[in-house]
Amino acid sequence: MAVLVVAEIADGKVKKGTYSAVAAARQIGGGYGILAMGQGIAAAVEELRAYGATRVHRVDAASVSAPVAEMLAPTIAAVARAGGYGVVVGPASAFGKDVLPRVAARLDAGYAPDVSAVVVDGGKLSLRRPMFAGNVVGTMEVTSPVAVVSVRQSEFDAAAPAGAASPVEDFAAVPAEVSGVRFVRLEQTKSERPDLTDARVVVSGGRGLKNGENFTVVLEPLVDALGAAMGASRAACDAGYVPNDLQVGQTGKVVAPDLYVAVGISGAIQHLAGMKGSKVIVAINKDPDAPIFQVADYGLVADLFVAVPELTAAVKKLKAQG
Amino acid sequence: MKILVGIKRVSDPDNANRVKVAADGSKVDPAGLEQKLNPFDEYAVETALRLTENAAANAERIGEVVVVSMGPKEAATTIRAALAMGAERGILVDANDAAIDGDVVSRALCAIAKEEKPDLVIVGKQQVDGDSNQVGQLTAERLGWPQATFAYSIVLEDGGKTALVGREVDGGVLYLRVSLPAVVSVDLRIVLPKNVVNGVTPASHPYPDTPRYASLKGIMSAKKKPIVETTFAALGVDPKPAVRYVKFESPSRRQAGVKVESVADLVDKLHTQAKVL
Repeated sequence: MAVLVVAEIADGKVKKGTYSAVAAARQIGGGYGILAMGQGIAAAVEELRAYGATRVHRVDAASVSAPVAEMLAPTIAAVARAGGYGVVVGPASAFGKDVLPRVAARLDAGYAPDVSAVVVDGGKLSLRRPMFAGNVVGTMEVTSPVAVVSVRQSEFDAAAPAGAASPVEDFAAVPAEVSGVRFVRLEQTKSERPDLTDARVVVSGGRGLKNGENFTVVLEPLVDALGAAMGASRAACDAGYVPNDLQVGQTGKVVAPDLYVAVGISGAIQHLAGMKGSKVIVAINKDPDAPIFQVADYGLVADLFVAVPELTAAVKKLKAQG
Repeated sequence: MKILVGIKRVSDPDNANRVKVAADGSKVDPAGLEQKLNPFDEYAVETALRLTENAAANAERIGEVVVVSMGPKEAATTIRAALAMGAERGILVDANDAAIDGDVVSRALCAIAKEEKPDLVIVGKQQVDGDSNQVGQLTAERLGWPQATFAYSIVLEDGGKTALVGREVDGGVLYLRVSLPAVVSVDLRIVLPKNVVNGVTPASHPYPDTPRYASLKGIMSAKKKPIVETTFAALGVDPKPAVRYVKFESPSRRQAGVKVESVADLVDKLHTQAKVL
C-alpha cells in the first residue's frame, strides 16, 4: 500500500516530525510520496527530495501557506486520491492533529491518532497507540479502504536521507469550500532554546516552583547550563506559571529525550504519560513519596530551591572542565 | 446564541493507572473506577455557559446550551452534571460506548447539529481515555463548517456572527477568525478568567480560573430539565466504526531507580554511570 507523507513546513522549514512520519512510511512499506504545501518552499522541497520518496508533490500556493485545516485538507485529500495512496501519514503535532482528522473525514477513512508503532503482517496494517494516559496500548486496524495516521514523534526516530533525489510533481491547490475562516496571526513564544520535542535534554518544572518568577530565577539557569529545552507539568501551566506550549504530558507534548529532569513535579499520571519514554529520568522533589520517584532512575529528595542552584553550579563546573 | 456541547464520561483520569486489561486482551476493564465527566468536556460546558450569560447580571441566561452525550442510561448522570452547572437541556444517544468511536460520535453529532442548528458546536479537545483528539475536526469537516481546535481563547465579534479564536499550537498561540456556525474544541487555558469574551459580560468580570461548581439550586433545577433520549437509528447514523481495536495490552512498566544522597552524588552518577553529562 503506497503511503502519502504530509510534510509539516513552517516558515519555509521542514519540521522534524515530518521525518518521523517518513520513518513510519518506510516501515509500512510499498513506497511513499511526500506532499509539500506552502509558499516559498523551494528549499524545503529540495530537502525533502533527499528522503527516498517516489515523488515529492509540490503545492506552491498562497491558499495553503498558513496552517489552516479547512484550506489544507481538500488538497491533501485530492493528492491522496490522485496518487492512489492507501495510507496518509503525518506528524501528531498541533498541525497534524488539527488537519489530519479533517482529511480522514473527506476520504471516508478511518483515523489512527498518535500512533507509537506500525505493524504490517501479511500485507495487513495495524497500528499501536497509547491510550488511558499511556496505561494501555491498543492495537487497531482500519476497516476502511484508506487509512489516515498521525505518528508520535518521540516513538519514531527521524528518518535519514536515502536514495537518489526524488522527482518533483506540481499539484494545483484545491480551493476550500469552507469560506468562513481567516488566519489572523501567530503569536510565537520567542525562545533561543531547542524545541521541546527535539531536545536531547529537557528540564521541567512543576507546582513545586510556586510561581512563574521562580521558573525564571531558579529553573532557567539549570535549563541553560544543560543546553536543555524547558518543560512544565500541567499543574504549573494551569496555575499560569508558564505558557501551555511548555506542557509535557498526556494533554501536552510527549517527549523522550536522553535526559529528563523533573523539578518539583509530583508525577501525576497525566505527566508521566508525556515523559516516561525518556532514556534517563532525574527527579528532584522534597516529598519522598512523590510518584515521580517510581519512574525516576535517579531521585533526589531535597528542597529544590537549594538543590537546583547547587546542581546548576555543578553542571557548569563539569562543562567547564570539558 | 445556541451552543451544542458534546460531552462524555470517562474512567477517573487521576487513577488511569488502575485501569486493567482483560487477560485475553479483548477489552479494557475500568471496573472499580468512578465515571467522571471528561475534564476537557467540563471546560467545554464552562466555555459554552460563559458565552451565553451575562455574568454581571446574576448570570442571566442570554442563550441556550444543549449538551449531548452517547452511552448507556447511566450516561444521563453525566448530562445531569452539565445541566446542574447551568446548561438548558440534554440529548442522550443510546449507545454501548465500548462499541463506538470518535467517528461514530462525530456522525451522530452532525445529525443532531443539522436538526438543532446551533451557532457553535463545542467539544473538549480530547477524551482522556481514548486520547484520540478527533471529534471536533471530523464534525467540522462533515458539516462543512470552520473549525478552531485546541482553543485557548474565544472572543465573539460582530454580534456573534464571527469569533476570534486563539489556538494552542506548537510554539505559541495561533489566532483564527471564524464565521459562525463553527466547531470549537477547547484546551486547558480556555477557562482562564479573561479568555472567554461574549461582548455582554463586562471584561472586568472576575471569573475564576476553573469551571464552575454546580450550586445546590443548580442541582435541584437540573432534575427538572429535559433530557431527550434518542438512538443512532433515529438519527440515521450507522454505528459502525471505521477502525477496530483488535488487542489491548499493558505497557511495560518502568522500574524505579535509586535515590541519591546529594547533588554531588547525582552529578557523579549522571556523569560516570548514565553518561548523560
